[in-house]
Parts: sequence; structure tokens; C-alpha cells
Amino acid sequence: MVDTLEHPVDAFDDHGPGAEHGPDEHHGPTGILKWITTTDHKVIGLSYTVTAVIMLVIGGAFAEIIRAQLATPSGTLVSLAQYNELFTMHGSVMIYLFAGPFAFGALANIIVPIQIGAPDMAYPRLNALSYWLYLTGAITMLSGFFTAGGAANFGWVAYAPLSNSLNTPGAGADLWIGGLLLTGFSAIFTGVNLVATIFYLRAPGMTMFRMPIFTWNMLVTAILILLAFPVLTAGLIMLYADRHFGTHIFSVAGGGVPVLWQHIFWFWGHPEVYILALPFFGMVTEILAVFSRKPVFGYKGMVFATLSIAALSLGVWAHHMFTTGVVLLPFFSIMSLLIAVPTGIKIFNWIGTMWRGEVWFSAAMLMAIGFVVTFLIGGLTGIYLASPPLDFFTHDTYFVVAHFHSVVMALVLAGMAGLYYWGPKFTGYLLNERIGKIQFWFLFIGTQVFTLPLYLLGLRGMPRRMAVYPHDPQWKFLNDLSSLGAVLIGVSTILFVVNVVVSWKKHPAGDNPWDGQTLEWFTTSPPPHHNFYRLPVIRSERPTWDYNHPEHHAIAHAPAEVKR
Amino acid sequence: MESPALPPQGASTRSRRWRRVRRAAVLPLAALALSGCTVPTFGASQGVTTSSRSVFHLWQGFSIGAAIIGTLVVALILWVPLRYRRHGDAIPKQSQYHIPLELTYTIVPILIVFGLFAATMVVENKEVANPKTSVTIDVNAFQWGWKFSYPGYSAVVIGQTTQDPTMMMPVNTNVHINLTSTDVVHGFYVKAFNFSRYALPGVRNQFTLRAVNTGDFFGQCTQLCGLYHSLMFFNVKVVSMTKYQAWLASFNNPASASTASAANTAQRQQTSSVVPSKPYASNGAN
Amino acid sequence: MKVEAKILLALGLFFGVMGVVYWFWSREATGSVMMFAGMLLGFLPGGYYYWWSRRMKARPEDDPNATQAQGAGVVGAFPGTSIWPFTLGMGSFFTVLALVFGIWLLVPGLGLVVWALFGGVAESRRGGKV
Repeated sequence: MVDTLEHPVDAFDDHGPGAEHGPDEHHGPTGILKWITTTDHKVIGLSYTVTAVIMLVIGGAFAEIIRAQLATPSGTLVSLAQYNELFTMHGSVMIYLFAGPFAFGALANIIVPIQIGAPDMAYPRLNALSYWLYLTGAITMLSGFFTAGGAANFGWVAYAPLSNSLNTPGAGADLWIGGLLLTGFSAIFTGVNLVATIFYLRAPGMTMFRMPIFTWNMLVTAILILLAFPVLTAGLIMLYADRHFGTHIFSVAGGGVPVLWQHIFWFWGHPEVYILALPFFGMVTEILAVFSRKPVFGYKGMVFATLSIAALSLGVWAHHMFTTGVVLLPFFSIMSLLIAVPTGIKIFNWIGTMWRGEVWFSAAMLMAIGFVVTFLIGGLTGIYLASPPLDFFTHDTYFVVAHFHSVVMALVLAGMAGLYYWGPKFTGYLLNERIGKIQFWFLFIGTQVFTLPLYLLGLRGMPRRMAVYPHDPQWKFLNDLSSLGAVLIGVSTILFVVNVVVSWKKHPAGDNPWDGQTLEWFTTSPPPHHNFYRLPVIRSERPTWDYNHPEHHAIAHAPAEVKR
Repeated sequence: MESPALPPQGASTRSRRWRRVRRAAVLPLAALALSGCTVPTFGASQGVTTSSRSVFHLWQGFSIGAAIIGTLVVALILWVPLRYRRHGDAIPKQSQYHIPLELTYTIVPILIVFGLFAATMVVENKEVANPKTSVTIDVNAFQWGWKFSYPGYSAVVIGQTTQDPTMMMPVNTNVHINLTSTDVVHGFYVKAFNFSRYALPGVRNQFTLRAVNTGDFFGQCTQLCGLYHSLMFFNVKVVSMTKYQAWLASFNNPASASTASAANTAQRQQTSSVVPSKPYASNGAN
Repeated sequence: MKVEAKILLALGLFFGVMGVVYWFWSREATGSVMMFAGMLLGFLPGGYYYWWSRRMKARPEDDPNATQAQGAGVVGAFPGTSIWPFTLGMGSFFTVLALVFGIWLLVPGLGLVVWALFGGVAESRRGGKV
């Protein structure tokens, strides 16, 4: 049935007068010069991965300090000013420097070209530039801590007019803006690169509706990046102009409108939530399918759900602004509620993927299931917040904090699942499964112990971003519980680092350790310089599976155009 | 879930569809109607205003839905992988599509969403309505305190971090509030009202509160507004109309008026160089 | 190519419709402008792809029955290594630092940026090698 043609190696070779080396005898600079001059998407992706995990550790350390401060009502670990810097930088590091770059810089960079059978990203040098902008942006933003006034301290949303030069003077805020400009351009370039790669570099037979779900999600993420990030960049330039060039775009005194910042910020900020989430949805989809030994259930429904999440996500920005009193409540309420529909489709499709499968509880699979549970909690509480009266009730209290920490901790679970699943592909070595499972339980239980008390805390009326709080025994108990959860999460992060060290170059993975279904499992681990020595014939969205199990094709219950 | 027969044309289809939409909208509302002491609070409380109560009932309705759906889905997520865990090297049936099932879990959530939206709109319209009233309070937020003034009266209350001000308001009366900010964005939040609203510079936010109980309640700023954000509290005192009138009248007494204005100036001067003296804030800003 | 074009056109159409609904419902300018900008961002590349998709033969990656041999040949020039992205990145770094620490940093910043642009273009002309 499936005939494999040896792919002519030179088809994926370097072309041009100066590029004489083939994929297996790749000579180039070594050591630090290799790292600086590389344009190989896998090396860049690995740099992204390492940098993003370091950012996760830094942001996590900030979180641990915050939770330690809040363990007592009148915590004296940090001062009020330091506390403002800490939660600002915690949010900024986690959102701008960890979650996004980890998703679309690290894993997408490594996996997407391989999944579609491409030799590299469409613009390898632009890809390298993205990484340098990301790294320098991270350094810029974090260097605020070493300036006299400290780091930025107006929250990661930088609401005007608190972020103007009158209320927040000092270099820390400018470094924050500068760092965001750099990482913003980094994200835009990655977005361009991903779209071009997916549109132009697919292998023969890899039609759009045969792309793995992860690649589909990355395509949609990239389109969202291109729609949203320029808005943020423009907003940051306006903010900088307000701070230093004497414009009055966001200040009432000069005839400006402070709410304009919130509109601009959230027009980027809400799609950003999905820019963070969609890649992780894609990872989980792949992992659930592989470890259930089944195709993704409702593949096309999944694709359309992703597309409609993306479309709706640009029409809901003002649900962050319900309590401003100056936005159209019904429009944003119904649009936000509607996002629950495609998200629900995804959750049911995930369950359908496992249904009647042969579920293998590997560390990656456990984390993926943990993701679905945690994300469900975050998603259901999100529905409350889409209803303006309930948002008036809970806005800016710990309920909101708990909601998005459920979501982002779910993404951390998914990201860890992705590392356990794809790590062997790009390092060539398996991570220790037993430590991985212990890490999962610490992370999963820690996440619930950390977030669930915060919901109650919010309902008991504790606002977010308070360094000290009134002596209320209930508040203190719930905060203590949450801090305990934060400790468990911290332990899980340490376990991950231990796992990387312990299993360093121990257990060679082989080409296809998980009986994977998509093209990345067809090539070697780690893949050669330009990814493939040969490619299988592509007749479905699971070419590797079709090659290994030619008699087990996907089947539909109803007569649908499955095998197109 | 749909009958396989072709839908009849025209009005009957539409009316059937409408009936379905209405039924979906009625379900959570029915849940609201049933609420009372038998329905769990799901962590929230009734509050002391008319709108805080309807918000509370909406909260219960949403929570009942979330609890049912959440329990079902979590049970499925946990049961499915355990039930179908790997036993050998067998390859399961490679089923990928089940169109009727997929349509079901697309259409049912859409109906639920429109039901939730209908319930939301009912409560929201009540909450954002501004009925006629004779009692108005101007609330002004600043870094880091509150100023409550009563248009038409000389009553003004100012306080910041070192000394929480108190907002007096009468019970069982619509109280119209004009909320403004002099500097950055603040959040006016009273837990017992189940309500918050931003104080935005350059904008006058208006809303109406109607308290149904007397008592002392706790309010604070919820939107990050700078260094002493965690100390920007205020109190709300809901009293009977006669007590409220008496309180207002006390400001017309020249002696107390002058003390009030003196306090006013003192406070104003203090805002620029405020050092909080609350025991739990002794670490200050260093 | 057709599917790619249709996705972008559909997104553009969605934002267009939403933009109209939003503008006439809310009369709020910021969001309406951003929605219409989103519409253009869908229509411009989508229209371009659609225009091309009607004028070109289906590529091997659009052909469900393609064999790998159909993809043989030159895919493109992929430089093995290049120093210019790093140079450009450092130039941008200094340029952004000039926003904070003083205008003098623009000298190394823009210098590196211009140098990297020339270097990168020259590298492309020579076919991926400097």
C-alpha cells in the first residue's frame, strides 16, 4: 500500500554557489561561535527552550517570594515598593518572556518545520534575529532591577496614567517598554516566519488538511501574532512618547484619553491569551492522540474550533474593561461567552480521542490529562467573568487571579508534557519517566492547592496586588494554603531540573520512542542538519503512523470526507 | 439530538427554534427562582443591596451549571483514560469522526451560552439602570484615599491611608454615585455590594446603589494605583434616612463645618508626604 | 494555495462584519479602527494568495496524491551559518537602550543595524556565504 520513495537528498540540500555541504556532513563553526552564527531552526529552538525555561525559573522565583510575603498579613519580607516590582516582573516575565516564546519560539521552531517535512524555517536568518531580539529584550526588561529606581512597578498591564513619567519615573519603566519592543518584534518576526514556512515549505502531499493539529494551531497563533502584536508595539511607542516627548495621548491634562491605553493594550492582550494557549492546545492534542494510539478525534472540528477561537478572540478585548463603565457590555459579553463553544468542542474532542483507545500513562500523557482537568477549571470560571454583573463582583479580586492562574498553570502542565514528549526528539535522549511522574503529581496537586484557595479568597473580597492585607483569619488561612501550593510547584520545577541532569545522555531515544504519528517521528533523533534523509508518502495527517501501521487507517462513524 | 425529518418551512420552524432558545434561557432563570436557603452559596454571599442580591442569584445559577457540567466532564476526563488504559500491544479501532456526536456538543453549548447570556442581560440591565433619586454622593479617588462629598450639602469626608474615610448612605433609598479620579485609575469596590467600578481620570462614572440593610461595610481600592495601593481603604455606613439627614445637618453647624474643613486641609497636605502608620504597614516604602 | 487564501479571506470577512456591527452598536472609535485594520490584514495577503491561486498550477503540497519525487529539486537557499542576525540583534539592542540611557547609544546601535543590513544583503547575493 504505502510505498516509500527515497527522497533525493539534494532536494533538501543547501543551494547556491557557496553551499557545498550535504545534510550529513555539515561543517561549520563550533562552540560559542556556532551558537551565535547558527541559522538551524533546531539549534535556535533549543536556545529558545533553554532561555524560556530559565525565564520560567526566574518568574517562578518571583512568585515564590510573593507567596512568602503573603503568607502573613503584614509580611515584611519585601517592602511595598519591592512588592509592586515583583508582581509586575512576575507577570511580565511569565507572559512576555516565558509562555509566548516557549510556545512559538521554542517548540514551534523545532517541531513545525519537521512536522510538515520542511528542511528549515522559511527565513532562517530572520529566525535567528527573532531569538536575538528575544534574548536582548529579556535582558533589557530584567535589567530594570539593577537601576536606581528599581524595575517597572505598574503591573504587567501598565495602565495609563499610572505608567506615565509623573507617577512612574525612572529607568526601570523605560527598560520595561524597551524590552517589550524587542520581544514584540521578535514575536512578529516569528509569526511571519511560521506563516511563510507553513504556506510554502510543506512536503509534497502535505495538504493543509493533512497538517498535524500542532502545526495548525501554530499557523493560527502566528496569524494572531500578526494581528495583535503590532497594536501593542504602537501602544508602547505612544506610551514612550507620553513619557519623554511631551505628548498627551493618555493623559487627561493634555486632552488625552487614559482608557485608550486599555483599549490598545487589551486589543493585543486578549488575543495574546490565545497566542499563549493555542500552541499548548496543539501539543496536548498530539500527545493525547499518540498515547491513546488513535487519530485525533474530530480533526476537522478541531481545526475549525481553533480558527473560530482565533476569530472571536479579537472581538472580546473589552471584557477586561467591563468595570470601566465606558464599554459596550452586551457585545463583549456574548462574544466572550461564545468562545466557550469552540473551547468546549476541543475538550470533548480530547475526551473522544482517548475514548476506546489504548491509553499509555507516560509522564507526558499524565501531564496532558492534568492539563485538560486544570484548563477545564480555568475555562469554567472564565465563563463567569464573561458575564458583566459577575465581573463587577469579582473584578480585580483574587478570583480573577485564580482564574488565569488555573489557565496558565494548565499551560505549564502542557508545556512540561511537550518537553517530555518532544524532548527526546531534539536531544536524542529520553527523560526519566519515574521522576517525570513524581514531578507530575507535585505539579498537578501543587497547582490545585495553589489556585483553588485563591478563588475563595477572591469571593471573600481580597483584591489583587496587595503587599499587606488586613488581619482576617480566613484571608490568612487561604493565603497560607495557596503559598503551600506554590511550594509544591517550586518542588516540581526543581524535580524537572534534577530530571534533566540525571537523565543527561543516558537513554538514547531512537527515532520513534512513542509510536508517534506525525512526520517528526520519521526522522532521526536528533534530526540531521536539514531534517530528513527521506520522507514517506503522505496520504493522511498521520504519515508516520500510516508507514508503520499500513492496515490501520482512520475511520469515520458517519460518511464524511475523511480521507481527502 | 435533532429529529431526522426535514424541518417544516416557515413560521413553525422559527417558533420552534425560538421556543428552544427560550427554554434554554428559562433554565438558569428557573434555577434562580428556586434559589434561597436550599441552594448552596458557592462561596459568594448575598450582599446588602438589591443588585448585589440579583448578582448573587446569577452567581448561583452560573455555579449550578458549572458544577453540573464540570463534574460530568471531569468524570469523563478521569474515567476514560482509566477505563481504556493500555493492556497490551493491540491497536484500537482508529475511529476519527462521529458527526452527530460532534454536532451535539457544538449545538448544546451554543444553547447554554445563549441561556447564560439572557440571564446575564436581565441582571445587568437592572444593575446598570440609573433610576431617579434625590440622594447623590460624589466619590473622588486619589492617591491614596477617598473623598466623599454630598452635592447640595456642605458635608465632605476625606481620608487616606492613615485614616480610612467613611461613606454615609441611607438605607432603602436609591443612592446615585458619581465616581471620579484625580490622578490614576482606582477601583471602587465594596464586597458587601458585590460590585466594583473603576474611578477613571477624566470620566464621571455613574451608578445607583440601593442598600436594604443598615450596617458598617468595608471597601477598598482594587485597581493598582501605586505605592500605597494595599492601604487604600474606606468604610461604608448604611443608616436610616433620619440618621442620615441628621448627619448631613451636623455639617451645617458652623463649628463642626470649620473642623471638617480644617481636617480637609490637613488631609490634603498630608497626601503629598504620607507615611502610613498602620501596624501592618510599618515596613513602608524602603 | 486556495485553502491558505480562504482562511485569510474568511478571517478578514469576519473582522469586517464584526467591525460594522461594533461600530454601529457602540460608536466607539478605537475598537472599530482596530477591527477594520484586522479586516485589511486578512484581505491583503488573502487576496494576494487568492489571486495567485487562480493563476498557478497546484503545487505538490496542494496535491493530495503527490509523490515525494515531485518535490525534488531546489527548495531554496538556506544559509548554513550567518553572523548578520546576531549583528542586527545587537544593533537593535543598543538602539532600544538609547531610549533609556541616552541618545549617544544610537551611534553603535544604528551603525550595527546598517552594517548588518548591508552584510546580510551581500550574503544573500553571494548565495548564502560570505
